[in-house]
Amino acid sequence: MVSLRGAMPEKNKQLEISLWRRLKDHFATLFAITTVVLVLAPLIAIFGYLVFKGIGSINFAFLTQTPKPPGEIGGGMANAIAGSVLILAIASLLGVPLGIGAGIYLSEFGRNRVGDMIRFVSDVLNGVPSIVIGIVAYAIVVLRQKHFSALAGGVALAIMMIPTIARTTEEMLLLVPNAYREAAYGLGVPRWRTTLSIVLRTATSGVITGVMLAFARVAGETAPLLFTAFGNQFWNWKLDEPTAALPLQIFTYAISPYDDWHRQAWAGALVLIVLIVGAVSAVRFVVRRGTLGAA
Amino acid sequence: MGVGIHVEKLNAWYGTTQALHEIGLDMAANHATALIGPSGCGKSTFIRCLNRMHETTPGARVEGKVEIGQLDAYDGISPTLLRRRIGMVFQKPNPFPTMSIYDNVAAGLKLNGYNKRRELDEIVERSLVSSALWEEVKDSIHKKSGASLSGGQQQRLCIARALAVEPEVLLMDEPCSALDPISTGKIEELIFQLKAQYTIVIVTHNMQQAARVAEYTGFFLLGRLVEFDKTEKIFTNPSDKRTEDYITGRFG
Repeated sequence: MVSLRGAMPEKNKQLEISLWRRLKDHFATLFAITTVVLVLAPLIAIFGYLVFKGIGSINFAFLTQTPKPPGEIGGGMANAIAGSVLILAIASLLGVPLGIGAGIYLSEFGRNRVGDMIRFVSDVLNGVPSIVIGIVAYAIVVLRQKHFSALAGGVALAIMMIPTIARTTEEMLLLVPNAYREAAYGLGVPRWRTTLSIVLRTATSGVITGVMLAFARVAGETAPLLFTAFGNQFWNWKLDEPTAALPLQIFTYAISPYDDWHRQAWAGALVLIVLIVGAVSAVRFVVRRGTLGAA
Repeated sequence: MGVGIHVEKLNAWYGTTQALHEIGLDMAANHATALIGPSGCGKSTFIRCLNRMHETTPGARVEGKVEIGQLDAYDGISPTLLRRRIGMVFQKPNPFPTMSIYDNVAAGLKLNGYNKRRELDEIVERSLVSSALWEEVKDSIHKKSGASLSGGQQQRLCIARALAVEPEVLLMDEPCSALDPISTGKIEELIFQLKAQYTIVIVTHNMQQAARVAEYTGFFLLGRLVEFDKTEKIFTNPSDKRTEDYITGRFG
């Protein structure tokens, strides 16, 4: 750049342009950095504040004990942590295969009216308020079983996961170049096998991103659990019994009049975020180790 | 061993557009046949009809007769089974990006449920030797991804992948058009060796290439086979005026 400038005949004019350009360059860089900071700031602020408020209340008892009766100091959220894990496991078990399956259909077989309908319905479903999804799960599971249950909570969260997973899976599979499908057909590989072993496998990391997005979103949901999982002050491992969940417990404790419960609500929120980040990172780590230098 | 290919009254469509008109020719076993012609003349569509790849395009349709050896390609056999007997190499190298070199070569067998480890090892090595890639990659077939190779190596990997399923016919759709001259030279040399075992059909835009590798050449124009003869004859003394115009560079 410097040597070029020396070679320019109209030295001053070139210098001026170059200064203006450099200013623009710096401005653009500054703008980009500012936006990154603005985007990351809330995340860091939330996490920092949660650690600040919550870390003091996290101790062995909090992680291993069930809640004490109102007014008594101590106790913990162990049953809520376990309940959340249970409900999320049910939701993932139901939602992930259905969502990925729908995404595969949309991308590989859904270039038609039926596909367009599914796309539309799934986009609408994505916008339905979570409390309404809770009512649906209440109607189809709770009313039939005659009581609240982990299963009902899992179903509600699964319904919320499906559209997100389906649409991201579709997008990711569409990004896989047709050349790979043709290469597999050319080897005499049947279509179903090509779809699973070539197309889906090539798009794995993108599909996982969609699954994790959906998982992280529903992991913090409270509203759809209010009248499905309902909450529970005690341990429960049965799928058809009311079950505690971290978001519910946080909600109950946060609106209570007791200081100790408020502190525990902060701690619960911190544990919830750590659980989500931990689960997402663990899945990414395992998937990355399992695939060979995918671009 | 390669088998001959017999084509009779072959017509093909994309939707309502007819891409091939009444193609008929016989390609000799264990020889290379080159198909030349300007872009859009139907030569790629033609070889995609040979392994029934044409019909994977939405709206595509084929009529007529194709026989691969004794086998009627369009009657009594599923496209999937047919394609196991016909290897295909594409214009752009397309190794599976998530698979190692080894898995790429073994893909055709593994994905069809063949899992005998020791035999697979043997087949993979033999195929890579046949495609003249073994010496360059033998130390890293499990470590390196197929996509990490150079373009020319990737194309030879794709040839190895096609050979691993032990086809009788090898279809090559402009296999060198994305490659540099050195890689092109290697692939042409390879085609020469492969003729001993396979019947080769190669689509090419490069007339010198057709002259170098193929015993027979067919000239396509506007979806019709204008002339089909010994390569020598096509390039020195073509019977049709249009062939002559094309090979002397008057159009196309």
